[in-house]
Amino acid sequence: MSETLEMVQAAVETGEGVAKFGPDQPLRLDSGAKLEGFQIAYNTYGVLNADRTNAVLVCHALTGDQHVASLHPTTGKPGWWSRVIGPGRPLDPANYFVICANVIGGCMGSTGPSSLNPATGECWGLAFPVITIPDMVRAQAMLIDQLGIETLFSVVGGSMGGMQVLQWAADYPERSFSFISIAAAARHSAQNIAFHEVGRQAIMADPDWRGGDYATQGLRPEKGLAVARMAAHITYLSEAALQRKFGRELQRDGLSWGFDADFQVESYLRYQGASFVDRFDANSYLYITRAMDYFDLAAQHGGVLAQAFSGAKDKRFCVLSFTSDWLYPTPEARTVVRALNAAGARASFVEIQSDKGHDAFLLDEPVMDQALSGFLMSAAVSRGLCL
Amino acid sequence: MTAAHQGYREILRLVRPGARVLDVGCGEGELLELLRTEKDVDARGIEISAAGVAACLAKGLSVMQGDADRDLAEFPAQAFDYAILSQTLQQVREPRKVLSDLLRLADRAIVSFPNFGHWRVRLQLITTGRMPTTEALPEPWWETANIHLCTLRDFTTLCTDLDLTIEAAAALSDNQPARAIDPRKALENWRAESALFLLSRRGTPHGRREPGGDLFE
Repeated sequence: MSETLEMVQAAVETGEGVAKFGPDQPLRLDSGAKLEGFQIAYNTYGVLNADRTNAVLVCHALTGDQHVASLHPTTGKPGWWSRVIGPGRPLDPANYFVICANVIGGCMGSTGPSSLNPATGECWGLAFPVITIPDMVRAQAMLIDQLGIETLFSVVGGSMGGMQVLQWAADYPERSFSFISIAAAARHSAQNIAFHEVGRQAIMADPDWRGGDYATQGLRPEKGLAVARMAAHITYLSEAALQRKFGRELQRDGLSWGFDADFQVESYLRYQGASFVDRFDANSYLYITRAMDYFDLAAQHGGVLAQAFSGAKDKRFCVLSFTSDWLYPTPEARTVVRALNAAGARASFVEIQSDKGHDAFLLDEPVMDQALSGFLMSAAVSRGLCL
Repeated sequence: MTAAHQGYREILRLVRPGARVLDVGCGEGELLELLRTEKDVDARGIEISAAGVAACLAKGLSVMQGDADRDLAEFPAQAFDYAILSQTLQQVREPRKVLSDLLRLADRAIVSFPNFGHWRVRLQLITTGRMPTTEALPEPWWETANIHLCTLRDFTTLCTDLDLTIEAAAALSDNQPARAIDPRKALENWRAESALFLLSRRGTPHGRREPGGDLFE
């Protein structure tokens, strides 16, 4: 990372916290189970204003975490959305109090399958209850309560984060002034579920997975998790982006006439898989992909998506999609926008031209920045925030 | 003042304060912003270019990327009081369908377009034998986005076919104030460079009359 970015990040008031919820505040899960005694790890950037009106909740994607705009403790890399959150960026911590929390079920400090089960004193493993996107959002709302924030200025997220944004709009419409959902969908498609199933099967096929009990045996199903990541990573890129980046370029002169990584694209995927296992837990990957697969916002509301947004009338929404995103393609975003219009919400929608695929929301996309800045600025003026 | 801006003034006159307005093809939101400032409308828009939508967002407008041919279905019926289609009808693939859609999602449609029956257009075609280029139709044929040009007579016939009521019509020209016209008069089909219509579905209750009543002066 560049030195300037490091300096810029150092200059922002950054907080790291862990919100603990005792047995008196259980998390009621969609499955019917209750999670008693759990915690949410979160980061903050900027300062909450006196009126408590400038808080923005950023929701992370499947393999993201709370280190949205600060160095990652394991990889040492810049935050996954440092492009959007920082001085002079659309979400400038000088103006907003940005909160990003690790989802429930995650592995970066929030309670998940790698946490200790208080009942047994050992890792939860597969005894951890299945969680859903609404469960994640319910836990976030409890965190926001604990931080003393009644109403957020905005809830923002891409991919699974964008699904959480939609869930926020359905479950807590009165608790945010605006909503920004990027590269997301209101439900997981058969294709989405199919790719996730490949990933899960790869993990479970690893002999070191041990029926999910690997932690107590001092093992890690690294090979399976790496393959899961490799398969998923392909879905985050477009064919054009892969072709541009790698084409049929070889690693070395000539073919190996064997199964080494001859092609650069193979080597890249292997690297992606190998580095992923350093920072992610295999069981968390199972649980979070499951939560995404179970996500179907319309089904939660009698099959009518507009019904999900019935409480969000006149709320401001910004929905963004990318032309080359085949994981959550534009028609999915349009379905959301149509439902928002039907519900009488103030929906704005932009389909951004990009050949970078689903991951475009994490990358340099000036039109996305313009749309985010414009939307946030005008909403801030309406909210009476002095920027 | 250009004919387009004359059109804006007319639209501002037509729209009831506080109304729900959809501008189809809203560009960078110039008209919507005027309507919001001067008429306190609930302003929404559809715009085909991402950059245009981004500019609208910066103005605090709620705008969706989309086009008139494909994306009007994304709004529920009668979601608006007015749907505006300014100088765009001649560029859509299915003008009949778009007109019907406009009056599905709004009580009234405000539609303007260049009149291909204008005398200068007819004269150029007759004398030069080539596609006319005028102030209202500035681009050469190989560059224009206009694929469905029509005359006033064509349009009023279409309104009859679609069972639409023409509540008012005005002729727009550069540097001249808008002029109320009877669009079915042959003479107006020669004189109007561009025209603006206020349409409603036949059978729409007309009890809710615009304040002031005088639609065009």
